[in-house]
Amino acid sequence: MGVISQFKSFFGRLFKKKNACIGIYGPPNAGKTTLANRIVKDWKDDADDNSEPIGSVSHIAHETRKAQRHHKLEIESKGSKICLDIVDTPGLATKIDFHDFMKEGMGEKESKQRSKEATEGVIESVKWLDDLDGVILVMDATENPYTQVNVTVIGNMEARKLPLLIVANKIDLPNSDPEAIKEAFPQHPFIGISALEGTNMETFYESIAKQFG
Amino acid sequence: MIQMSDIQLDLISDAKLSKMGSTEKVRYIIDEVRKGKIMVLEKGLDPMEEAKLIEMTMSEIHDDFYGLEIESYPRDDNVSFFGKLLKKDTGRQKLTVIGPANQLKTLRKDNSLISTLVSTK
Repeated sequence: MGVISQFKSFFGRLFKKKNACIGIYGPPNAGKTTLANRIVKDWKDDADDNSEPIGSVSHIAHETRKAQRHHKLEIESKGSKICLDIVDTPGLATKIDFHDFMKEGMGEKESKQRSKEATEGVIESVKWLDDLDGVILVMDATENPYTQVNVTVIGNMEARKLPLLIVANKIDLPNSDPEAIKEAFPQHPFIGISALEGTNMETFYESIAKQFG
Repeated sequence: MIQMSDIQLDLISDAKLSKMGSTEKVRYIIDEVRKGKIMVLEKGLDPMEEAKLIEMTMSEIHDDFYGLEIESYPRDDNVSFFGKLLKKDTGRQKLTVIGPANQLKTLRKDNSLISTLVSTK
């Protein structure tokens, strides 16, 4: 790269750098925490090798029951640099039945406690919408997009004029249908990924830089 | 008096709901759902009312109330310029069905069809 282009690149990056607080939203078990952990792993400061994952993941719904925030991640893609605060939010739901946790092998007392914490988590997720600059909406590509609860709350995000990036997660699974999600939300930018396998993450970061940068 | 094997279905006109404030509307819906009623709203809630409905529902979930099922058609994003100018239903959902989560289950939904299963307790 020549001196001039290096100069341009440097100032281009400098002036394109933005700060934003982005919330990761979606229904329970869509893979929000897996994605948050992947983003942190990919972009954590090299000097901070001991940084912990944002949260633990589980096949049992509502594993994340408190919003977790990771400050100041610098994401760079194709000359755009963006400094993000990532907020991994509890899954949005309109119903939580403690019996569902018992079916997963939990005791009644533990299930009721998890249910109570999950309801508080949903309320916290809704309240976080007031403090965000944008939303990454994670949907499960193996589920019908229209019956995932975020179809109801997507209008809420639109009404707040929050920039949205729709992410169809779990495209590594054979029964996934990311195109169905894309077709359900034609008005928003869309990307299909596997947060678990790390599939298509470079394109995902390009989309983040474009949408929120 | 509703028998345990019966299910009451209320079709709520826009005229009835539009007379209520947001909090009153959400309170009314939750109270009716907690009685075991299935409600079909001629026009749904606006986005802020939906958020309030989710928050209030979560705060009331307990051993005998698991929350609610809510389905509606997507909003019409193609409101004309004059429609937007006149603020004509820009943020409102279309037909919406709401019921207790333990009695109303969505079987299938797309842009033009909502198929639900209603069961007794």
